[in-house]
Amino acid sequence: MVSLLAEVGFAETTWVLVVKSVIIFALVFAIVPVLTVVERKVLGRFQARYGPNRVGPMGLAQPLADAIKLVGKEQYKPDNATGFLWAVAPAIVVFTGVATLAILPWGNTQEVGNGDVGLYGIDVSIGVLYFFAFSSIAFYGLLLGGWASGSKYSFLGAMRSAAQLISYEISMGLALLGGVMMAGSLSLTEIVEAQGDIWYIVPQFVGFLCFMVAGFAETSRAPFDLPEADAELVAGYQTEYGGMRWGTFMMAEYIEMFVVSGIAATFFLGGWMGPGPGFLDPVWMLTKILALMFVFFWIRATLPRVRYDQLMSLGWKILLPLTTLNVLVTAVLVVVT
Amino acid sequence: MSEEFPYLPDDSYAVVQRGPEPGGPKGAYRVFGETLRGLKTTMARMVEGPKTVQYPEEKTAVYPRFRGRHKLHRFEDTELEKCVGCSLCAAACPADCIRVVAAENDPADRVSAGERYASVYEINLARCIFCGYCEVACPFDAITMGHDYEMADYNRGDLIFTKEMLLAEPLERTPLRSEGE
Repeated sequence: MVSLLAEVGFAETTWVLVVKSVIIFALVFAIVPVLTVVERKVLGRFQARYGPNRVGPMGLAQPLADAIKLVGKEQYKPDNATGFLWAVAPAIVVFTGVATLAILPWGNTQEVGNGDVGLYGIDVSIGVLYFFAFSSIAFYGLLLGGWASGSKYSFLGAMRSAAQLISYEISMGLALLGGVMMAGSLSLTEIVEAQGDIWYIVPQFVGFLCFMVAGFAETSRAPFDLPEADAELVAGYQTEYGGMRWGTFMMAEYIEMFVVSGIAATFFLGGWMGPGPGFLDPVWMLTKILALMFVFFWIRATLPRVRYDQLMSLGWKILLPLTTLNVLVTAVLVVVT
Repeated sequence: MSEEFPYLPDDSYAVVQRGPEPGGPKGAYRVFGETLRGLKTTMARMVEGPKTVQYPEEKTAVYPRFRGRHKLHRFEDTELEKCVGCSLCAAACPADCIRVVAAENDPADRVSAGERYASVYEINLARCIFCGYCEVACPFDAITMGHDYEMADYNRGDLIFTKEMLLAEPLERTPLRSEGE
């Protein structure tokens, strides 16, 4: 019988899956607010200043203050807005981000009690495709948000971000294809296990760079933060949003950043691999993810925003040929060796 | 070149320096190198550490000639006020913020060293432009510009400083820059 759903490599009983999803969800939702304040502090250090350090010890209560401010804001809806779609758009974006967390492998299967527990949401045989499927659905959130706002500026902003995301999605996929071919699997756990000898950042260095560049564009982070472009535009597709609805978009951006870092760590930095016993796996994974997030902040502190035509020509004229070449060379090498 | 610009010696004009043409594989390679250079620059700032002066807790030291809030002075030995109520400061003040009312000294209980003294001496700091003309005009060095600059208040009335306030020492001393700092 052909199953409608993807094959699952390893899965526990349902209640274990539920517990695991709750833990992963809670972990990431605890990390995201910390990331916002860490980003501002790191950015401050890069600019020879302190960053937020007034609210709570070392400014760590800053996200709490921000959240209270956002929740306390008036829920304003433009007259022209298509109410339901307008309200559901931020939820779609944050949903796709959270859904992708399910396949991030945090560690190998561990013996807990009298059974094995995989330190990941679920090990599906189509891991990479799942990631791309959900990051594509995230576009709908942006497009709906921009269109349903009933404002031409929001709409233009949504079109711009859609064009940007579509351009870089291809390069992103091709950048990962090298790793997929070397491991001979789409499952993220198998890809990590294939890196036992050498992390793929060495043989796939070009792929890693291309993936990171495409990742910056996908998450619309500096220097590709044209959809928001806080210095010269209002906020693109977010223009008409305020309060916690806007906060949801921002949260989705951070979750996406987390996911992209996680995928990069899985594909190029050996995922959970690291010295020490098995239960340290999630720590290694988290360390690698946070190191990549630091690169996100570092790049943001360094590079100026590119122009829109530069963004497009970088995506289509440099990144796409480069990743295609990388895939071809990898394919030849995989076949030869 | 030198025939077109005879007034320029041969070695003193600079050729306009243009950056390399953008785009192409060379451009991509150059961008990669320049990005790494930029990343190095920002990381060096992080290693250096913040330069911020945490203002309410830390204060930047002022220069000795900094013109802050005025001070009135007394003679150190006799404790008599230097101000004789001549109103020259009020005359010199371009913002018209000084009010002086002079009174005759009682020989039994002298307030100032001269014949007269200032029975009322008020400076409206809401109007003062801190030009220091009052200091220049004073023949007895009775008024000088101090170093205090934290004078914000909740209403304008509180910004009118009386003689007692101007004679008193400030509660907190403003840090002063040492020579050559």
